[in-house]
Amino acid sequence: MLTSQFLLLGAILFCIGVYGVIARKNAVLVLMSIELILNSVNINLLAFALRNGSADGHTFALYIIAVAAAEVGVGLAMVLLIYRNRRSIGLDELSELRG
Amino acid sequence: MSFLVSSAAVWTAPSVDYHALAPEIVLAVGLSIVLLVDLFTSERNKWLLSVLTGFSLLGAVLPVLTLALHDDSTRSLFDGRYVVDEFSLVMKGLFLLAGYVIVLLSSSHVEEGDYWRGEYWFLLLTSLLGMVMMSSARDLVSVFVALEFLSIPAYMLAAWRKRDLKSNEAGVKYFLLGVFASAVMLYGMSLLYGVANSTLLIDIAESISLDGEFGAIQALAIVFVVVGFAFKVSAVPFHTWAPDTYEGAPTPVTAFLSVASKAAGFIALVVMVLTAFPEGRDVWQPFVWILSALTMTIGNVFALRQTNLVRMIAYSSVSQGGFVLMPLAVAGGVAGEAALRAVVVYLIAYAATNLGMFGVILSVSRKTRSGDIASLGGLFTYAPALGVLLTIFLASLAGIPPLGGWIGKFAAFQALLTDATPWAYVLAVIGAVNSVIAFGYYGNVMREVWMRPVPHGDTTPITTPSSLQIALGITVIATLVLGILPGVVLHFGDMADLVGAFGG
Repeated sequence: MLTSQFLLLGAILFCIGVYGVIARKNAVLVLMSIELILNSVNINLLAFALRNGSADGHTFALYIIAVAAAEVGVGLAMVLLIYRNRRSIGLDELSELRG
Repeated sequence: MSFLVSSAAVWTAPSVDYHALAPEIVLAVGLSIVLLVDLFTSERNKWLLSVLTGFSLLGAVLPVLTLALHDDSTRSLFDGRYVVDEFSLVMKGLFLLAGYVIVLLSSSHVEEGDYWRGEYWFLLLTSLLGMVMMSSARDLVSVFVALEFLSIPAYMLAAWRKRDLKSNEAGVKYFLLGVFASAVMLYGMSLLYGVANSTLLIDIAESISLDGEFGAIQALAIVFVVVGFAFKVSAVPFHTWAPDTYEGAPTPVTAFLSVASKAAGFIALVVMVLTAFPEGRDVWQPFVWILSALTMTIGNVFALRQTNLVRMIAYSSVSQGGFVLMPLAVAGGVAGEAALRAVVVYLIAYAATNLGMFGVILSVSRKTRSGDIASLGGLFTYAPALGVLLTIFLASLAGIPPLGGWIGKFAAFQALLTDATPWAYVLAVIGAVNSVIAFGYYGNVMREVWMRPVPHGDTTPITTPSSLQIALGITVIATLVLGILPGVVLHFGDMADLVGAFGG
């Protein structure tokens, strides 16, 4: 079984995702990076489920896919909202609140 | 694929204990009714929605009471994935009553703005349903689903004022950091599942042994899960969203986030560390210790230099979170039961006091339309009742004796002293120093209220709507009763061995 390769892929995707969330200033790119992390979790769960021979991991992954869809729906709505109000989706330009 | 087919063949429908699920069912029905009534009522009759929301919350309290009075009060559903025990019933009661007070706090605020009222009540109820589920979740999947259930509506509530740039910014910051935190937490959960081959928290507890083949993976998983919840409870250094979101969101939503949402994060953290990671205490205890010390200190230092009242309360609530983490830092040892009791008592006292605090802020800002601390100048001379209430709530937050906040702090320090290790004593000293620092900014607000002149000499009285008056009454009575008769809540620790009750 290729479990360790799958886990390695998951870990690499996770690192790319975390880097993207921290380094990117564009709201859509940050959302995409978060999706990368969620998918690395799904890969992990499926790899473990295959290795362990249990269905729990598959179920968990299905839940994550469903909830991630809801999250992205809300996230894109919010990005659209700030684009409508300020004509920009740069996160570094969000500076109404500080101190 | 064969195991999927074989496990499908033996599947039988689980028997569902509908009495145990009754609070959730009442809330789910209530929020559907609110959504439907919103579609079919005219603008004039939208006040119905706040009444319906209040009744759904009170309706959901009834089954919580019948479950608590029932002899066999620990009920385990879905093979132990969803457990209704004393701990979860106490927390469900807290969420539902705090939700009811928030409905009272927000009804006049929501009615007077021309915003999306129906959506406000619907999202509030949905988020509260997620919290009620969170108190019973004892499985990775149900913890995750409950967490998202309570968070996603909260993101939308923070951005509820669609045309207000500050509210947009509050929502976006809260959303991005919140989703990032839950993604990191999920990565930790996937590792836990891999090692334990089960998503049940009690199975994970059995599988954790840090010196075995997977020791490093397990330590990493525990750290990721704790980091995920640290974002939720705005522990330093994961607190950066909190002040911005609290300031930018509509004030009743801020009250909701700083009390209910935070309490839900804490109970999830408590359930995870005490049920799933008791054997991993060498990893999470030092980590929570550092989080607690940083959270108390940094929250206080930033609160000292704020001029905006809501932002000051935001940093003060960050620092109060550090005091809730304080007993958790020793929860894995002999002080486990005392620590759990301290967290529960602290959350109850903090909820009553902070909701009252927001009640006063909402009442005063109806007149002053300002968030500055200076706008409270001379409050006592023209609104003596609000001045006295504000003083009581501030004193309770500061932990002055016979008030609710004091009994919370007392229980937290008691847990540290029960543990009686050098690190516990050091943390207790840090906590004590921070209690004194906190008095600096709470006292500053008191000085404005009692000693400063009224800004612009404007002494027109404040009219407080009756719903706000009721909310202020409930919270001040709760704050005083908790302080004078602490046995009322300290009793919750005696009801059963709560740590033992987790297993179901």
